[in-house]
Amino acid sequence: MTPETPLLDIENLVKHFDISGGLLDQLRFENGRFLRKRTTVKAVNNVSFSIYPGETIGIVGESGCGKSTLARAILGIYPPNSGRILYNGKQINGISHEAMLPYRKKMQMIFQDPYASLNPRMTVKRTLEEPVRFHRPSLSSGEVADKVAQVMEQVGVDPKWAGRYPHEFSGGQRQRISIARALTVDPEFIVADEPVSALDVSIQAQILNLLMSAQAERGLTYMFITHDLSVVKHISSRVAVMYLGTLCELAPTGELFKSPRHPYSKALLSAIPKLGDRTARHIKLKGEVPTPIDLPSGCVFHARCHYAQDICRRATPALETVGDHHYVACFFPVE
Amino acid sequence: MAHLLEVQDLVVKFGLRFGDLTAIDGASFTLEKKERMGLVGESGAGKSVTGFAIINLLSKPGYIADGRVLFEGRELNRLSEEEIRNIRGNRISMIFQDPMMTLNPVLTIGTQMVETVQAHRKMSKSDAMDLALDKLKKVYIPSPEKRLSQYPHECSGGMRQRIVIAIALLTNPSLIIADEPTTALDVTIQAGIMDLLVELCETEDMSMILITHDLAVVSQVTEKIAVMYAGKIVESGPTDDIIQAPRHPYTRGLIDALPGTRGSGSRLYQIPGMMPTLMDIPPGCAFHPRCSIRTQRCETETPLLVSVDDREHMVACHGLGGDV
Repeated sequence: MTPETPLLDIENLVKHFDISGGLLDQLRFENGRFLRKRTTVKAVNNVSFSIYPGETIGIVGESGCGKSTLARAILGIYPPNSGRILYNGKQINGISHEAMLPYRKKMQMIFQDPYASLNPRMTVKRTLEEPVRFHRPSLSSGEVADKVAQVMEQVGVDPKWAGRYPHEFSGGQRQRISIARALTVDPEFIVADEPVSALDVSIQAQILNLLMSAQAERGLTYMFITHDLSVVKHISSRVAVMYLGTLCELAPTGELFKSPRHPYSKALLSAIPKLGDRTARHIKLKGEVPTPIDLPSGCVFHARCHYAQDICRRATPALETVGDHHYVACFFPVE
Repeated sequence: MAHLLEVQDLVVKFGLRFGDLTAIDGASFTLEKKERMGLVGESGAGKSVTGFAIINLLSKPGYIADGRVLFEGRELNRLSEEEIRNIRGNRISMIFQDPMMTLNPVLTIGTQMVETVQAHRKMSKSDAMDLALDKLKKVYIPSPEKRLSQYPHECSGGMRQRIVIAIALLTNPSLIIADEPTTALDVTIQAGIMDLLVELCETEDMSMILITHDLAVVSQVTEKIAVMYAGKIVESGPTDDIIQAPRHPYTRGLIDALPGTRGSGSRLYQIPGMMPTLMDIPPGCAFHPRCSIRTQRCETETPLLVSVDDREHMVACHGLGGDV
């Protein structure tokens, strides 16, 4: 899609969580012997893709598919088990805290629940000033206050409310404040993790418009995580579909919604409720999503796939190109 | 023929120390046998309260201040607690958003189902188990025999919601009130549950009131819709009429605000402001501060729900005379 160099490169990212607990929890008694067993949740498995400057990449998938873990690993909140994350060509995982600082300023995050992500005991002013003071210690208090006022103005929260506490604001207003907090340090890349999922339709539209105009004004790059496919369709330029910690399809938005090639993407898109369309029939998948503790062999989707064949049980399909900037991880991409 | 359910001028209030708050202000609608209706609106519009009021399940300080709820010819809000229990959970079942809150985590699914049956019918335990098994099959639970001896935590979210539906079916209700039944579920699971509910309404001769904020879901499964705003029904009528030609500015705003209705990347239509809380509902039409076509009349006079096509499409808006 974009010939330019990527802003972020994610190479073979793996993130597993050890949930086996203490030594005693790990011990099992089997066949007359004690065994020590570790349990790991394989949240993100070997994911590679690039994010280009100025684009909005939507990450979709159902609960537990690893989309939030992927985002947090990219931002350095969870150190990945293996793989590399490159920002403008420089590796940013596994580096020292000090070396990471400038990147933290460039990458910000907006969370789903504006009730949980703002400190209830801090005024809006303190919440918004804190990141500026931390990342730009050279600024005078006057300059910090100006910066905060300017950003509040931009997100549509009257700066004269800066002395108020989060509980005095509605959900939509709080989400605006969360966005302001991300914008105060002038980031280049913002991860928005389900930023409108907790909001009502009319407020959702206001926040999406705000995110789109902030992007246009500041040339931001977004990674937009959501389970709401209509939101992704509206706001993203490219979409990545995840299933059970694996990237199964990556394509320009129009292309993906018009002709999904991975059987899972096809089923997922067919399940979107469409306004006023009674004839819509969704593809029913067999069974349920397996647990990420015991990943299926081969293609993680094979047990639920209508097209699965022998090879799908044995080998893992790689993400391969099937068209212009359209990538699918499937041995038998659907037409 | 009489309606299956008729709600007439329902007024629900919450009695608080500083006075009563009106949560539902004069809602009226009817529901026929086997009909499916959507109750749509944003958080705080009064959708769930309406559902609770129908089965007389308002918890204090909420109470029905005025109006009537007629179901199969009986006035539900005049029944004693004993009499209403014969209807609630028996003739009318309710399904909620979070199946984990509905199911008892320390009882097996079989025990909970038998308990429900025996609360309403004189039936031996083994007969009740057979009935439970039969209903689990109806909601397409894989290996239902095994599920009966399992606990809720052993099932996935979608499976739990299916079990809740099976429990609701145990007494062959004629009306099912589903309050955001799929909001907590993923889209692929949601599609399956919605298909199931529609199928059951058809095969089991049930009517359904679907309470949801999701217009797209409602447009696919219901025959009629009532749109609520700040405790009032502002528009009601056949689903297709409302989705294709909404007349109330709020309904139109809701539909236009949905991503996917306009071109990608374009600005979404946004309704300015937010819904008022019950404490400061504006005088006149409650929507007027957010409305783009308001006039002075809207600020003082409350519009009535009137027919706009001499049929069932009803709208409460002063602005209908002109080009709306």
